[in-house]
Amino acid sequence: MFSYIVRRLLVMVPTLLAISAIVFTIIQLPPGDYLSTMIAELQAQGETANLERIEFLRQQYGLDRTPVEQYFHWLFGLLHGDLGWSFEYNLPVAHVIGDRLVLSFLVAFTTVIFTYVVAFPIGIYSATHQYSWGDYGLTLLGFLGLATPSFLLALVMLYLANIWFGTSIGGLMDAEFIDKPMSGAKFLSVLEHLWIPVIVIGTSGTAAMIRRLRANLLDELQKQYVVTARAKGLPPHRALLKYPLRMSLNPFISDIGDLLPHLISGAAIVSVVMSLPTNGPMLLAALRSQDMYLAGSFLMIEAILIVVGVFLSDLALAALDPRIRLHGGATK
Amino acid sequence: MTDFPASGDRLAHYVRREPFDAYDGEKADPALERYYMATQWRLMWWKLKRHKLAFWSGVFLIALYLSILVSEMIAPYSLGSRHTEFIYAPPQRVHLWHEGRFVGPFVYGLDYSLDMDTLKRNYAPNPDKVQPIRFLCRGEGYDWLGLVPGNVHLMCPAEGGTLFLLGTDRLGRDMFSRLSYGTRISLTIGLIGVTLKFVLGIVLGGLAGYYGGWVDMTIQRLIEIIRSFPELPLWMALSAALPVSWSPLYIYFGITLILGLIGWTGLGRAVRSKLLSLREEDFCTAANLMGAKPKRIIFRHLIPSFMSHLIASATLAIPTMILGETALSFLGLGLRPPITSWGVLLTEAQNINVVALYPWLLLPVVPVIATVLAFNFLGDGLRDAADPYK
Repeated sequence: MFSYIVRRLLVMVPTLLAISAIVFTIIQLPPGDYLSTMIAELQAQGETANLERIEFLRQQYGLDRTPVEQYFHWLFGLLHGDLGWSFEYNLPVAHVIGDRLVLSFLVAFTTVIFTYVVAFPIGIYSATHQYSWGDYGLTLLGFLGLATPSFLLALVMLYLANIWFGTSIGGLMDAEFIDKPMSGAKFLSVLEHLWIPVIVIGTSGTAAMIRRLRANLLDELQKQYVVTARAKGLPPHRALLKYPLRMSLNPFISDIGDLLPHLISGAAIVSVVMSLPTNGPMLLAALRSQDMYLAGSFLMIEAILIVVGVFLSDLALAALDPRIRLHGGATK
Repeated sequence: MTDFPASGDRLAHYVRREPFDAYDGEKADPALERYYMATQWRLMWWKLKRHKLAFWSGVFLIALYLSILVSEMIAPYSLGSRHTEFIYAPPQRVHLWHEGRFVGPFVYGLDYSLDMDTLKRNYAPNPDKVQPIRFLCRGEGYDWLGLVPGNVHLMCPAEGGTLFLLGTDRLGRDMFSRLSYGTRISLTIGLIGVTLKFVLGIVLGGLAGYYGGWVDMTIQRLIEIIRSFPELPLWMALSAALPVSWSPLYIYFGITLILGLIGWTGLGRAVRSKLLSLREEDFCTAANLMGAKPKRIIFRHLIPSFMSHLIASATLAIPTMILGETALSFLGLGLRPPITSWGVLLTEAQNINVVALYPWLLLPVVPVIATVLAFNFLGDGLRDAADPYK
């Protein structure tokens, strides 16, 4: 087990390096940089750009160096926990995104829990009651969940909540708590607002998970050992829970690798629609204004989150399934 | 066997004239023989036909794809024609009977009034204005597929009347016409993107699966890295990098390219694992022993045996592209007007006021959901059918 962990960790290093290179390339892709955009904007407004200051900034942020030098500069910064400087906010990136990251993690984490809690019983029900009305209804619902664009679901939910509860449920907390330090009341307010984005973001992931769990469990239930167990007179719920369910649990854990990117993608667009104070809207704004270090940090952190999530799920899978532990191999 | 003799009498005399065939009893009946001799594709087709939901989804999709050939004719108006006196007009209902008298399909003309308190435009159907819909009529001119000028439409409003089946938007443009044009863009973006995915997936997955070793290692790592990015933020970043100076058409191809370049990993993995398992099959060993070269083995034996699976996975991959384009355009990072897709149409419905006041602007989501569902059903059916003996 120990050697497996070490090997997995070692593989992560080149992966993360490659990711950082790709992220840097992407944020460098648009022609020009933030400063040239700024100069153009100032000149358009009829103001003269303070060339000295611009030149100072250019040197300060290393924008006058070659892209390769800039990349290594950025990478070293990352390794020391320095995410760079946000031009738009004129603050270190870490200051700008700190709160948002915490809330993003909170949303992502809650959504994973939501997905599991909902998908698990429904998947089992669908598999054990195959071709019943309940199964058909839930399958249809699942397909609809997969097919509906999440931003639209968000809009409709906002509208319905406005009609039914008469409150605006956009955002992640009541207005009076914005920019206040974390407190008990603020936390409660966040919890109150959290459920709608969680449902909206989690729907399609949940639908996919239900389908996979159902298919896996159906495969298991048709196997000989289940028939044997039943023939020997094992009570039905034990014949279900003891082995087939355990076998079909693997996707729950291994799918985290698919689920996390999916959730973060979903969260990005839903939070724009619902104006959540998470990564999405800020990333969009940063991409538009070429605030490259801010955008890069978001992409990088999201990718790291996924790589670490997959690593943890691999560990959990290895702990659960001796075949993976012993062969030390990839899960897919 | 109709008339048996009464009990005790003799049976009628019977001689069989055909020459004796010793193997007669072993011959399969024609239906069974047809089944055993059928090609893989024929078996797939039979099985797909039995899967009603998948079959009808396929029919629906084919109809939809055929319709994009004649989008200009289906749309009563052209893409950009504006009706300034009918801004945010609600959908007009089609009626058949007017005051107990059969008129055929017609709509009631709209009366416009402005609510002076809220400044909301109100439109009320006027029961005196009966405007029969004309069919196969001459209306606004267009260039069919941008090439052939024409002016025949499937249906047109009555002379001097209006026909807004799905209402109008903030510039008074007919939503139904715009939807019809948007279908063309949204559906082709899925198809072109998936072709790109398919080529990349087969080539890279095939290389990894057939050669193994370091090629496999490199491609596997590449797939892993691409999959470590959340799709949408990566799409967002890449499409934000498309130069602003590009024409909408270039942007269209750029977006397709981005969607395809990131999305091939799933197919690549499927190809690789299929190749790895098929490589060990007996027929492959046999071909090897008979001196076939790798090229022949791959193209003659391996690819045909998993092509059906690949087509099924490609079908399941198209909806991702359509949803991706919709999301990107909705965020304003995707296609730009005048190129109109379902996502571009949905950008009009970005806030909750629209849902409350002009809910018909949300209608472009109906074809999105219907198409994605149909592709999912068809893909599932194809996947089942690809295993003909199961």
